[in-house]
Amino acid sequence: MATIDIEHGAASRVAWYNDPRIRGLIYQALLVAVVAFLLYEAISNAAENLRRANIASGFGFLNATAGFSINQKLIEYSETSTYGRAFLVGLLNTLIVAAIGILLATILGFIIGIARLSRNFIINRMAYVYVEVVRNLPLLLQLLFWYNAVLTPLPAPRNSIELPGGIFLNNRGIVMPTPVLESAMAIVAAVILAGVVAAFAYRSWARRRQLETGMQYPVFRVALLLVIGLPALALVLTGFPISFEVPELRGFNFAGGTPIYPEFFALLIGLVTYTAAFIAEIVRAGILAVSHGQTEAGAALGFRQGKILRLIVIPQAMRVIIPPLTSQYLNLTKNSSLAVAIGYPDLVQVFAGTVLNQTGQAVEVILITMGVYLTISLVTSAFMNWYNRRVALTER
Amino acid sequence: MDRSRYAYVRTEPAQTLPPPPSSTGVIGWLHRNLFGSWLDTVLTLVALYIIWLVVPPIVNFAFVDAVWTGTNREACLGPEVGACWAFVKARLGYFIYGLYPVEERWRPDLVFLLGAIGIAWLLWQNAPKRAWGAAFFFLIYPVVAYFLLTGLPALGLPVVETSRWGGILVTLVCSVVGIVFSLPLGIVLALGRRSRMPVARLVSITFIEFVRGVPLITVLFMASVMLPLFMPGGVTIDKLLRALIGIALFASAYMAEVVRGGLQALPKGQYEAAQALGLSYWKMMVFVILPQALTIVIPGIVNTFIGLFKDTTLVFIVGIFDLLKTIDASLTDPAWATPVTRYSGYAFAAVFYFVFCFGMSRYSIYMEKRLSAGRRR
Repeated sequence: MATIDIEHGAASRVAWYNDPRIRGLIYQALLVAVVAFLLYEAISNAAENLRRANIASGFGFLNATAGFSINQKLIEYSETSTYGRAFLVGLLNTLIVAAIGILLATILGFIIGIARLSRNFIINRMAYVYVEVVRNLPLLLQLLFWYNAVLTPLPAPRNSIELPGGIFLNNRGIVMPTPVLESAMAIVAAVILAGVVAAFAYRSWARRRQLETGMQYPVFRVALLLVIGLPALALVLTGFPISFEVPELRGFNFAGGTPIYPEFFALLIGLVTYTAAFIAEIVRAGILAVSHGQTEAGAALGFRQGKILRLIVIPQAMRVIIPPLTSQYLNLTKNSSLAVAIGYPDLVQVFAGTVLNQTGQAVEVILITMGVYLTISLVTSAFMNWYNRRVALTER
Repeated sequence: MDRSRYAYVRTEPAQTLPPPPSSTGVIGWLHRNLFGSWLDTVLTLVALYIIWLVVPPIVNFAFVDAVWTGTNREACLGPEVGACWAFVKARLGYFIYGLYPVEERWRPDLVFLLGAIGIAWLLWQNAPKRAWGAAFFFLIYPVVAYFLLTGLPALGLPVVETSRWGGILVTLVCSVVGIVFSLPLGIVLALGRRSRMPVARLVSITFIEFVRGVPLITVLFMASVMLPLFMPGGVTIDKLLRALIGIALFASAYMAEVVRGGLQALPKGQYEAAQALGLSYWKMMVFVILPQALTIVIPGIVNTFIGLFKDTTLVFIVGIFDLLKTIDASLTDPAWATPVTRYSGYAFAAVFYFVFCFGMSRYSIYMEKRLSAGRRR
């Protein structure tokens, strides 16, 4: 009977194995046991297998001589350098392609995203076709296309395509003139720095004045003059203390000049065009999310189309755009690992490829590689979250 | 009123005049959409120039100058030759099945057919007994397909080693295995992430964030290099199977986040109603929460699947013969070595991937429209 149950209290109404709290504890204990067992099994098997295959463990291999060469390097590296040095070269190569890629993809993505909303029918359709074609083809196919089908069939260095300004295009990449700086260049550099500082100072002064008096100042034109005009004047006054070492054809290849390798170029084009298609869709969605009343209000104030977009719509759209934009930046960084397919010496190609094959220390190498990408992911998202908080809508 | 005093009085409304010709019809459309301002005009002309630069060469290459028949490279040599479709035709069997024995190719064909039936059953909204369709696709189909492809000597199907599989067959196997295993695993991970049990939550979050933070290539490297190390001595895992495990684990982390979105979108009342009915946790999830949550996120699931389908090309890098790898391998064949062979092979791959991915993305947009029908004003 019900009354008796109540007298006995809640605890006795259910058997202990039906108590959700105890059940939860049992499930969790089971989960811990399974995970611990799997980890133990994996680690002990790996230790056993490595011992049998006579592969050393630990990170001592980082100090051993690498003995292989890498064509593109931002820091000193030779065949006598260590594996640790090779790791750094690969890491820097990954970071540089990711950084330039992010910058260019953002610019291209914004242009295409805005073009996608253009009232001009042809521009609009072109952006649509671009986005759909690029998004629906695998990145790897696009990279192979750029590398094998576009850049490699370029003529040999002897028959290079000559572009204006001493730039040569051939199947070993692009060779550009190297700027040679003379000592007077220090003055010009100082002037450039001063110009930038002055431009910022002028901008904040003009803002303050505008808040106080309502007067508008030609910030853009003055800043242009300070940043471009002043250094140009300094260049003329110091008598152009800069010369260019123009690449010259010697034998089968170019001597002098700064080469950009086709692997880097193909990877960059592929990553930028691919990611830009995704960024364009994000930008479009972000702009559409800003209510139409905002555009109308801007028009009512007498702003022109461009100003409405720049001063009213985009700042508000940024709040919608930034979170998914962050994941695209992370995707681009992670996708740069496809470099291994076309032989660009990024972290994966150098470290998880060559170093792993030479040392056989799979566990350490893969763990370090994954650790690097995890760190990059965490740092990028931390930075973007900080930026996101800064621009987020502050409501009362 | 005496009307005779006025010279003229209108007795009926004036005819509405047609709008000025510059705002209607073709001219109006052109004016509004293409030549609204001088900037618009410049943009239009630049765009037309780009189209003129890009489109005619592609059409010429793919159709006008293309070579459709031929038995070797001789057919595709010449200064003005476009795509070498004869090469694609000659290699089509290899692109679809890899080295799968010719007399056994009906088996992959049957697997393709069954898969197509299963997918159509799942995706077609008005199909009868869709629950059976799901059971067929997620439970019966994988088992049948496994035995059909690998072979079952007891039933007279000779064993075909996975090293002989290739091309579209491998691409589809990778993507179907990815979706079939990542969906349930992703659901479990998503539930774990929202669980009230701290250990389950920690394990799920660690797995999801770890996998999502690293590139697929490193996961594939880990699967192909480290997985054999973790196994007890003497146990070897098939190379393709290793890649499949990597893909399934990778996809499940992304799927988990999609499902989590659906779970979060459900109003709390649904959970409370299920609890008020006295349903247990699993009954509540299976009968009340998941059916609704999964329906909401169908577009997200399809998008994850598109990504997965494109990403299967990365097995190329760990040396598995998917479509891209078979094409790449065919390019070194001296019998077909011409300047246009490479473009033709890549064009074939591009068409294949575009048809599948674009089709899926259209489906996801259609579902999104359908699902938001109730919210539309």
